[in-house]
Amino acid sequence: MLTRLVAAAAVMCLCTSGVLAQNAKKLTDPQIAHIAYTAGQIDIAAAQQALNKSKNKDVRAFADDMVRDHKAVNDKALALVKKLNVTPEDNDTSKALSKQAADKRGELSKLNGAAFDKAYISNEVAYHKTVNDALQNTLIPSASNAELKDLLTTGLKIFQGHQQHAEQVAAQLK
Amino acid sequence: MPNRLPHNSNNGSRIGRFLDVWGLVALVLMLANGGASAEVIQIQMKQVAYAPAQVTAHIGDTIEWANDDIVAHTATARNGAWDVMVMPNNKGSVVLKSAGTIDYYCRLHPNMVGSIAVSQ
Repeated sequence: MLTRLVAAAAVMCLCTSGVLAQNAKKLTDPQIAHIAYTAGQIDIAAAQQALNKSKNKDVRAFADDMVRDHKAVNDKALALVKKLNVTPEDNDTSKALSKQAADKRGELSKLNGAAFDKAYISNEVAYHKTVNDALQNTLIPSASNAELKDLLTTGLKIFQGHQQHAEQVAAQLK
Repeated sequence: MPNRLPHNSNNGSRIGRFLDVWGLVALVLMLANGGASAEVIQIQMKQVAYAPAQVTAHIGDTIEWANDDIVAHTATARNGAWDVMVMPNNKGSVVLKSAGTIDYYCRLHPNMVGSIAVSQ
């Protein structure tokens, strides 16, 4: 569901960007910053839920990595928006991401043990794939400020690493 | 002539001790290096990549990774020989102990890969 929704949002954004660079519906840098920051906070919340529930060593190590990395990227993002004197702007994509993530956490809260571990890691694979696709196809091409674009590009490489890491942990859980 | 001997002898023993100490230091250093001059090979961790990704080295050389990224990385040998974690703005190193090509990667971001060709 999350995948479909964000993919739809990405497609919408793609349609409004591209050649019509001045299109009024194109995502602005304050909106892009908000979406990227929100996506990071969502993964930190998911990792904190995993640290509260899971006893699996590999799952807990992965969750620790997610908290540390996403916090580092988001701290950098906050420093950048402060430097650029930009206020991140809430928007429909951020709201949809947050709503879907809250629903997912509710769903996962009902699971325990191996069932939780598998569901958490499986969602981490899917979530990172979705966010990475959105970064690559929509957010990075739409960003105007060079420093924001650079941070998003670095973030994409880090999150592509997370996706591969999650895939490896998922394979171990089978 | 006899007057000069004790004077020279004193100087000689002082110089001799000096040379002995430095000779010993040099010997220890040579032994520590296996008799060859070991190098420190530096690799950057930057933009979620090792730079350079491929290096050549000799047994006894030190590989030193400097993490210029905002997140922690590891240099983890696929053969299990070593696993070095390097926090942002920090360095980590290993001394190469055997010949062969070692493929390594970052456990936290497996899209980061590198290799070291180690010769005798």
